[in-house]
Amino acid sequence: MDLTIPDHEQSFREEVRDFLARAMTPEIREAGRLTTSVFAPVKQAMDWQRILHEQGWAAPHWPREYGGTGWSVGQRTVFAEELVRAGAPPLIPMGLQMCGPCLIGYGTEEQKAHYLPRILSGEDIWCQGYSEPGAGSDLASLKTFAESDGDHYVINGTKIWTTYAHHANRMFLLVRTRRDGKPQAGITFLLLDMATPGITVEPIVGLDEVPEQCQVFFDNVRVPKANRVGEENDGWTVAKYLLTFERGGQDYAPGLGVQLEQLKARARRQATATGSLADDPLWRRQVADCETRVLALSFTEQRIKSALSAGKDPGALSSMTKILGTELQQRVTELAVDTLGAQALLWQPGALVPGGGEAPLGPEYALTTMASYLNARACSIYGGSNEVQRGIIAKAVLGL
Amino acid sequence: MNFSLTEEQQMLADSVRRWVRDGHDGEARRRDKTRRPLDAALWRQFAELGWLALPFAEDDGGLGGGPVETLVLMEELGRGLVVAPYVPTVVLGGGLLRRAGPAWRERHLPALIEGRLQLALALDEYERVFAPENTALTATAEQGGYRLDGRKALVLNGDQADALLVLARTGGVPGDEHGLSLFWLTPDQDGVSLAPHRTVDGHTAAKLTLERVHLPAEALVGEPGGALAPLRATLDEALLALGAEAVGALSVLLDDTVEYAKTRRQFGVPIGDFQALQHRMADMFMALEQLRSLLLAATLKVAEGHADARRAVHALKARLGLDGRHLAQEAIQLHGGMGMTDELAVGHYFKRLTAINGLFGGADAHLAAFADA
Repeated sequence: MDLTIPDHEQSFREEVRDFLARAMTPEIREAGRLTTSVFAPVKQAMDWQRILHEQGWAAPHWPREYGGTGWSVGQRTVFAEELVRAGAPPLIPMGLQMCGPCLIGYGTEEQKAHYLPRILSGEDIWCQGYSEPGAGSDLASLKTFAESDGDHYVINGTKIWTTYAHHANRMFLLVRTRRDGKPQAGITFLLLDMATPGITVEPIVGLDEVPEQCQVFFDNVRVPKANRVGEENDGWTVAKYLLTFERGGQDYAPGLGVQLEQLKARARRQATATGSLADDPLWRRQVADCETRVLALSFTEQRIKSALSAGKDPGALSSMTKILGTELQQRVTELAVDTLGAQALLWQPGALVPGGGEAPLGPEYALTTMASYLNARACSIYGGSNEVQRGIIAKAVLGL
Repeated sequence: MNFSLTEEQQMLADSVRRWVRDGHDGEARRRDKTRRPLDAALWRQFAELGWLALPFAEDDGGLGGGPVETLVLMEELGRGLVVAPYVPTVVLGGGLLRRAGPAWRERHLPALIEGRLQLALALDEYERVFAPENTALTATAEQGGYRLDGRKALVLNGDQADALLVLARTGGVPGDEHGLSLFWLTPDQDGVSLAPHRTVDGHTAAKLTLERVHLPAEALVGEPGGALAPLRATLDEALLALGAEAVGALSVLLDDTVEYAKTRRQFGVPIGDFQALQHRMADMFMALEQLRSLLLAATLKVAEGHADARRAVHALKARLGLDGRHLAQEAIQLHGGMGMTDELAVGHYFKRLTAINGLFGGADAHLAAFADA
């Protein structure tokens, strides 16, 4: 056992830092600061992806033959940490983190050749058609039906909580292709073009007044069977593979660490009658409580990656990091709201739009604090609610 | 970064686990409620197995192990709920001797390693919140040495120890970081009285009263007034050792609870079928894994001398007191009435964890220290 960081990782960190300092434009930095969700403002996020893609760094975790970097697990961690420290807006995950790995795992050669380069370059923006009004945590009960008609499927039904469907030109989705038998056994994984006739997208305004989510309606939407990933009725296998990425593909600890540092800096500027909030023992205890949990999580994430490097499947442990990471994220945003008190009530959505030109009537962070807190309430719901994740741990790890 | 044990460390883990399983009747020892004297055979075995030599340099007759080896040993002892004075004698006493200079090492380490010397550290005082710098017991300089007066509470292994290391104030006032000194004394010295007692977890300790105890200058261990730095470094090692023991004990509590939930039937089904309980066990699992992560973080940082090592030790002790305690409480709750009995092991593990949480500063103190570090 040792914590030694290999020399090449240290020098790699320098290389990444230099690149980020050079490559992040003021617009991208602003978008990073104003991001109050896991989904960054779409225009700047895609601009940033194109810059990273030119450098060959848009999808470090993909195999090299498909445009990945060939980095070690350690290098990938360094890269992710430096992105967070630099305040870069996160890349939109539906293509790079979800659809891409699925295609690499289960797509045909034609699908891979066609879609993967367009995911990398940002030419395509993807959305994920999983949840339905009647199928949330119980995803397998989904009802959107794809009727076979020659070499096409004809889709009818609706999807909900489809993030950025109003920005996307592609969707990967789960549809029902068989009504009898086990619910999981009648599901098929499809790719579609959002411009196909019969698709209606209705944005849903969230607590933060941002239309991040959408409901999508399908009215006799024809999709070529060549757009199927995996076998008919075997889409559940592909979906589960993807969910593992969605839940465990990211590290939470580096971002949480940065947020806590920012919070401490803000507390130093909050004057109390006797000093600053940063000196208040009760406030310090709250922060220390979060920091000790983040320290534990960061080592848990390291342990999981160490197992990954050794070729082990982390399996249900991705459920654990999803629960711990999202619940800490919620706690840290909550503490941020408490730290600002009434100052956090300032509500100026116009000033949160990058390049919008509206000046904030207070510190910029006073604007993002509440929006982040509101948005973070979703963390424990999406990607399989944390209750579902606890159920997975109980079954898969504890054998209950 | 690498989290696997070396071949030697794995062999150590296997050998301790085998001994705990085959060579140690923990249940019989638990049932014995008399404050029996230390099982001499057990301590001899510890010596023969080389465990008493583990953290000492090869030049001192040790095996040259470090915090990782101690972790491996203590986690297994924790799993087996082994009652033995390893922390008082080897980690605390041995740790202070290691840092006291060659003369002290030469004089005492061979006996310690051979199992002929039991030690105890007299640290806590009555009605004083734990912190070494909070020490009030006085050592007044006098002709040829020092005179010690005062009382020490909860001297772990004080009933068995052949010698005691006593933290006393040779200067300054309680709260000062300077003026703290360590003294070596034996229980037979005039003015020393030890009142042995059990502790809640089945271990033993003693109340120490010193009345006009005259010690020669040579009884001073290390630099006069300079005990705090070596003591803190030693306490870090003790917190790591106790942390490893706690993680081992907590892993048994989780396993036992899950096993119980699979077999105990109510309302016609195993209680483990109930989602309300499944989620609580999932939380216990996550708490354990997080504590294991902190244990590894703190142990490796101390072993490698990282600047933020002590901060990680504080984090470990704080989270043990918060999350480890909760895990142990949940283990009792999920065992229902049986969890309250002396018969089941659960309650004994619970009491050991409760004791560990109380030793050398609780969660609040360590969380505050973490914030200040």
